Amino acid sequence: MKFLTLATAVMTASLSFAAAAQNSDLGEPVAEGGEVETTTVDGSGDEDGGLVFTVTDDTDYSDVGIAIPAFATDADRSTPANSGGTGALGQEIARVITGNLRNNGLFKPTGPDSLPSPRFQQITAPSWSTWNSRGAEMLVHGYVRARDDEKLVVGCYLYDVALQDELIREGWVVRPADWRRAAHKCSDLIYARLTGESPFFDSRIAYIAETGPKDNRVKRLAVMDSDGANHRFLTLGSATALTPRYSPDYSKILYLSYVDGNPRIYVYDIGRGSQTLVTENKSPTLAPRWAPDGQHILFSMAVNGNTDIYRVPVTGGRITRLTDTPGIDIGGSYSPDGSRIVFESDRSGSQQCYIMNADGTNQRRITFFGGRCATPEWSPRGDQIAFTRIAGDFNVAVMSPNGRNLRVLTNGWQDEAPTWAPNGRIIQFFRTARNSGKSNLWQVDLTGQNERRLPTPVDASDPAWGPIRP
Amino acid sequence: MNKTLATAILLVSVSATAACTKKAPEELPAAPTEAAPAQTPAPTPTTSVAGPGTQEHFRNAVGQSTVVYFDTDRFNIDSADAAALQAQAQYFAQYPSLTFTVEGHCDERGTREYNLALGERRANAAKNYLVSLGVSADRITTVSYGKERPVALASTAEAWAQNRRAASVLIN
Repeated sequence: MKFLTLATAVMTASLSFAAAAQNSDLGEPVAEGGEVETTTVDGSGDEDGGLVFTVTDDTDYSDVGIAIPAFATDADRSTPANSGGTGALGQEIARVITGNLRNNGLFKPTGPDSLPSPRFQQITAPSWSTWNSRGAEMLVHGYVRARDDEKLVVGCYLYDVALQDELIREGWVVRPADWRRAAHKCSDLIYARLTGESPFFDSRIAYIAETGPKDNRVKRLAVMDSDGANHRFLTLGSATALTPRYSPDYSKILYLSYVDGNPRIYVYDIGRGSQTLVTENKSPTLAPRWAPDGQHILFSMAVNGNTDIYRVPVTGGRITRLTDTPGIDIGGSYSPDGSRIVFESDRSGSQQCYIMNADGTNQRRITFFGGRCATPEWSPRGDQIAFTRIAGDFNVAVMSPNGRNLRVLTNGWQDEAPTWAPNGRIIQFFRTARNSGKSNLWQVDLTGQNERRLPTPVDASDPAWGPIRP
Repeated sequence: MNKTLATAILLVSVSATAACTKKAPEELPAAPTEAAPAQTPAPTPTTSVAGPGTQEHFRNAVGQSTVVYFDTDRFNIDSADAAALQAQAQYFAQYPSLTFTVEGHCDERGTREYNLALGERRANAAKNYLVSLGVSADRITTVSYGKERPVALASTAEAWAQNRRAASVLIN
């Protein structure tokens, strides 16, 4: 009776109470990062003409030696970005770039701690003899300048030491708090120029941070930069959080939370630090995904135990059912042009991958390799689909969108849930250890040869790599 | 095996009550407002007589039949499950005011999202069978935990068999 009274009181409480309950597991809102403005920087004279740098295989450019000495500063000024001033910040920026290039197995970078530091005037006029004698093929120079409004101007230059020529240069104006983004932009500039691929360093990753014993794991929503920096927990851990997905503009995260006791998808607004249900419905909602336009959400919903895939505008409103079979239809990943969706279904008796048009028509199975296909994710380049291949162990594999050309990239006991780097060249996933149940984030390139663990403060799962930042 | 043991301990010792009830509902970040009233039947300190509406009373009445188990990737009710659910249905027929939750669970050897959907299927399969035995559908809530809440922690076939389950829990 007592309980009934209380329940009634809760029911009759205002809507704001419901909103508060819904947000009860959320941490403080995260301050939004500032804009990164591209600026012109002084050149060394000759513009790069017809120099073409052709790379046919990832292993080729992994042998290219790159010297990355400290970025110079015109005048050592104090900056909120570094207690040691702009001089120390220049050293730190070069370290971040070195770490980016080294950790991803691209090139052979040498960082500022074992190199002489160029003077500010040398940034546009390198001391070629110095770098020639060190055997570096490529040379990165850069500078940091603190403006009177505290904003930082960071210039980035890439030189070919043998040719004694500038390959590319670019500059950015960032808030002091965003200094790492300038380092990532410079890394991207170097990477894109030397490989011909699209950039990926200036991007963020949402994932699930895990702590506690296997039978009582605490699972929190967390975010970090592509190199693990600027790490933040977004939920407190009182409710299990799973399967996040960054919106294309990084303003929101879709994820599943048990905050009301049931698995439901929420749209978490990062700047405001509040969240809303993806759809007001009593049925559990699972497996959230963004459409490439950021205006629609794909989700799965279990009605009386039967899970199907639905679409809803991000602003709410009418939901459209895309699948209609007695089997479990779940997940889904749009082709980059938004015209098709690859998804997972066990309508044939086991988990397999299927493709349909974005309106749900023309559903057809694409995997017939003998094992099972789960969690398919369309590459941002459109040319491949990554998925969890279940054939005894769980591994990350890729295939063409027609299901052919299957290649297995990992060999852990349980590797699942691939997510693509913004340029479609690297895949992250999570690897769970047998017995302990501990999981960590890993990444592998498309050759399958460069595999590494991503450092996270605690155990981690469900990585979701966001797009390149503007 | 250890379920028999757990039941035996439960009959002997009151302190075991805490350990058992902790198993499912309290790991759950459910609405905090409802946690307190659920404990209203205040137990006497030494010889507790758990009343109807508590998980302990339910477990004392039906024994191991609070949980049914499934084969890998399956959600059909086999004869052992049917017997267990019949025991549950009898209990809930005896206490018609009780409402309860069926939790669907999976083993760790599945992908996370698929397991959430599979747990839904298992919970609903158990619920539908109970409804077919006369338990009113509006007394039964279902929730899937996928592979997120294992009871057996090893990575062995035996542990996975224990984790592929639908557990009826009195937490309402």
